[in-house]
Amino acid sequence: MLSGIPLLPVQASTLAPQVDALYYFIVAVTAFFGILVAILVTAFALKYKDDTGLKVGAPITGSVPLEIGWSLIPFFVAVAIFAWSATIFFQYTRPPENTLEIYSTGKRWMWRFQHLDGQREINTLHVPVGRPVKITFTSEDVLHDLYIPAFRIKADAIPGRYSSIWFEATKTGEYHLFCAEYCGTRHSGMIGTVYVMEPNDYQAWLSNGGVTGGSMQARGEQLFQQLACTTCHLTDGKGRGPSLAGVFGSQVKLTSGQTVIADESYIRESILAPQTKLVDGYQPLMPTFQGLVNEDGVLSLIEYVKSLNGGAGAAQASAAPATAPAQGERR
Amino acid sequence: MAQQAEASTLGMWIFLVTEVMFFGGLFTAYLIYRIWYPEAWAEGSRELDIQLGAFNTAVLIGSSLTMALAVRAAQTNKQRATVGWLISTMVLGLVFLVVKFFEYKHKYDLGHIPGPNFHFEGVHASQVEIFLSLYFAMTGLHALHMLIGFGIMTAITIMAVRGRFSSEWSTPVELAGLYWHFVDIVWIFLFPLLYLVDRAGHFA
Amino acid sequence: MSTTAAAASPVTYLNEKTTVASWLLTKDHKRIGLMYMLTVTLAFVVGAVFAGLIRLELATPAGDLLSSDTYNRVFTAHGVAMVFFVLIPVVPAVLGNFVLPLMLGAKDVAFPKLNLLSWYVFILGMTVTFSAIVMGGVDTGWTFYPPFSTEGSDSNVMLAGVGIFITGFSSILTGLNFMVTIHRMRAPGLTWFRLPLFVWALYATSLIQVLGTPVVAITVLMVALERFAHLGFFDPRLGGDPVLFQHLFWFYSHPAVYIMILPPMGAISEVIACFSRKNIFGYSFVAFSSMAIAVFGFLVWAHHIFVAGISPYSAMVFSFLTYAVAVPSAVKTFNWTATLYRGAIWMRAPMIWVFGFLGLFLVGGLTGLFTASLGIDIHIHDTYFVVAHFHYIMVGGAIMGYFAGLHFWWPKMTGRMYNDTAAKTSAVLVFVGFNLTFFPQFILGYLGMPRRYHMYPPEFQVLNVMSTGGAAILAVGYLLPMIYLTYSFFKGEQAGSNPWMATGLEWTTQSPPLPHNFADQPVVTEGAYEYSKREMKVA
Ligand SMILES: [Cu+2]
Ligand SMILES: [Cu+2]
Repeated sequence: MLSGIPLLPVQASTLAPQVDALYYFIVAVTAFFGILVAILVTAFALKYKDDTGLKVGAPITGSVPLEIGWSLIPFFVAVAIFAWSATIFFQYTRPPENTLEIYSTGKRWMWRFQHLDGQREINTLHVPVGRPVKITFTSEDVLHDLYIPAFRIKADAIPGRYSSIWFEATKTGEYHLFCAEYCGTRHSGMIGTVYVMEPNDYQAWLSNGGVTGGSMQARGEQLFQQLACTTCHLTDGKGRGPSLAGVFGSQVKLTSGQTVIADESYIRESILAPQTKLVDGYQPLMPTFQGLVNEDGVLSLIEYVKSLNGGAGAAQASAAPATAPAQGERR
Repeated sequence: MAQQAEASTLGMWIFLVTEVMFFGGLFTAYLIYRIWYPEAWAEGSRELDIQLGAFNTAVLIGSSLTMALAVRAAQTNKQRATVGWLISTMVLGLVFLVVKFFEYKHKYDLGHIPGPNFHFEGVHASQVEIFLSLYFAMTGLHALHMLIGFGIMTAITIMAVRGRFSSEWSTPVELAGLYWHFVDIVWIFLFPLLYLVDRAGHFA
Repeated sequence: MSTTAAAASPVTYLNEKTTVASWLLTKDHKRIGLMYMLTVTLAFVVGAVFAGLIRLELATPAGDLLSSDTYNRVFTAHGVAMVFFVLIPVVPAVLGNFVLPLMLGAKDVAFPKLNLLSWYVFILGMTVTFSAIVMGGVDTGWTFYPPFSTEGSDSNVMLAGVGIFITGFSSILTGLNFMVTIHRMRAPGLTWFRLPLFVWALYATSLIQVLGTPVVAITVLMVALERFAHLGFFDPRLGGDPVLFQHLFWFYSHPAVYIMILPPMGAISEVIACFSRKNIFGYSFVAFSSMAIAVFGFLVWAHHIFVAGISPYSAMVFSFLTYAVAVPSAVKTFNWTATLYRGAIWMRAPMIWVFGFLGLFLVGGLTGLFTASLGIDIHIHDTYFVVAHFHYIMVGGAIMGYFAGLHFWWPKMTGRMYNDTAAKTSAVLVFVGFNLTFFPQFILGYLGMPRRYHMYPPEFQVLNVMSTGGAAILAVGYLLPMIYLTYSFFKGEQAGSNPWMATGLEWTTQSPPLPHNFADQPVVTEGAYEYSKREMKVA
């Protein structure tokens, strides 16, 4: 009966075999120490058993060398495990360059995914095999956690900020996607399926995905116009708000004197709570867009702002911060 | 008796350590948000009435003095002085609470009570709401400690009136004194942390 | 009281006065200990019934027994009842209250009235919390994470929070009382390094209770204020940080694990020394490891939030410190094992519970090496692996340790023996049932089954059925002691003052002890476990 039970979930990402290797290592280490202690306890219990209760034990009170030995050996074993797991953790926190970007929002009780080309799906996620994928996500209400056991990854979805996970799938197939942070009534129903596809199939899926409203970047651009962001954020930097060209990923100097990196969370905050981190040299004029744009919209706006750094047909915005004056010249 | 007094004093000190940890949770939240939102903290702090705050600080320091004198009087068998200093301490405590009440009322009138009806004219309204939440929690908890202290003082004063204390045995007065000083010290931290953020240069 | 009272019916703390009022108004630490025992047992039964419901529901993948909302309330009630009303008080408030003054050669704790007050505060907190559970329940999980607890949930969060807040003060007052007692009430000659290790463990525990509990009290209060007074501490819409709650919560709740496990560890040291007839191996290392655990336990809280977006560098620091704090626990385990070496091991019931403890605690402690590992925790965080791990520590370790201590001191508490065979059977049943219940959950967790799931994919069913079957055996194992101990209380044979021929001052007075413990002030002239110098004879 037990032969049908697997001991590991499918290994379907580049990270999975590494996590499992460490897992086996710790299983071996703990089994060694566990069995060692179990054998000693059993052996002593059998050998020194006394049914009368009237004998006394040997007058031994301790041994400092032994104490030092069995403090240091576990400590060094622990340090070895720590070092190994830290290297895996660093891979988990550092996505490679040129990942395929996918955005997601968790909401009680569903996961919504948006692809760059504009495809949206709920509780399903289609990704190509053999290509690093990064999912950037947040929550619209309470805490959730995006968990894909076959990839050995998870991260909490926290309202008000972005989390991200990345993976490179190594095996086509269908895998579980769970919410792993308790979120209320239908927490256990907040599950879905990850479809890992051959690149060709993935391309086919993309083109049949029933896109409405264009790519995320296009939707972001549209929102950018609709919400009248263009009236202040002029591309030449002469508007009442700073130009957004080349902002993403750059260092931004604030009125408070601090410098922050303009990442996804910063842009989101600047849209929803614009006064919190004011760019040096600008007045606190921007109203909040809380309630005017939903989390999906914010993600589209971020994707649009990212596009202003160059790449996808944003020639006018190719100027990096360092060349900003030149951009002013070009007006 | 001496053994018991020593045990009680040790117990009181341990209790005060738990109190420090209790306020510590709020102080941690304060510290983190202050680092995150320095401007909102400055803005929120400027909404507080520095004069009333300073006045209350003086009142509490005064009450610590009268409390110390009450302990001294109890230890030196001066019953009437003990009662007198205890009552002065209570009066000063009451003055503090009344002033605090008017500060709260003013906040209420301005709509500065966090919640759905929170109303604040200023660029950092949301984070000022966090500041004011911490303000009400910290000062409210402090005021609650004052109220408890007031109750303790009442009991101690009744004991003093009945002549229960002497140079041999004045432990309750000493313990009440420790508690009262602790509550004062909490305020000594709260006043600059809440009222004096970014005040330098704003007196001109 | 005269020392010759050992005649027909000696005066004991049990028969001195027998009215209900004499119990409810008692200041006797022994009676208060027994009152805690009844209350904690009641809470344990409540928590266990909820556990049974969880296991029954999870026997099938579909949510067919309970609705999702009910299931969520059931596991919250299980966690709240077990953590706050069983695991935290069970050893300090029951066994600690009973034996601490006896071990110190004192008449009572330092503040007897405060001790009684702690019990009433506990009852009040328990009543408030349980009424929240009865009147519609709470569905946040025992961890109360915002924003779900502050605005997502429409259950009785406020009432439960207030109840836990109140209960916290009971814990603080007990810790304070014990600390002062240990500092001030030791018998002449009872120096710190002659103290029984149970006392060291209680001291370390008290330190955590005094330093940690106020932090969780204020944190729960902040959630309550945010929920009902709409103050914004953790509200992300204002720029507040829900993760800040988790930091504050685990600052207490990680050390709280040591409130649960240190006292049973102390009890284990007593029992193991007694039934091996030997000095504990490395007394001072065992004593200091308790203190080290108490102190370093405060530095590892963030290992509960590795996947909540904390910086990778702080995650590394917390992971490293977590490994460091594992070392003192390993040291204790090795010392217990070494104590058995060349002992004269008397296989009575308490010792069988000790072997059970060693086995389960070993698994619990070693699986901590997985959860502390950054690379693996990403995968197993919030899965059944973690559920299995902490049950091994908190139920396998703490409850087994409690039963070891209870079976050890029961003759002293009641003056009567229990059926040794029944007690050994129960220990074996608990050990087997426990492993069958929780070992499959390690595998379930690594396979990816998240915790707090009402329904689950069908491939997880076989392991879940094993777990449910094990829980049935476990239930029998826990039910048995209630029967034979109750029988023993009324009908058991007389125990005599020292049935185990144990060292320790508590065994020098009669069983059950006098109302004020000792007829004459005991004086201590040697260390705690000088068994090898003794001559054993049946008392
Ligand atoms: Cu969820
Ligand atoms: Cu922990």
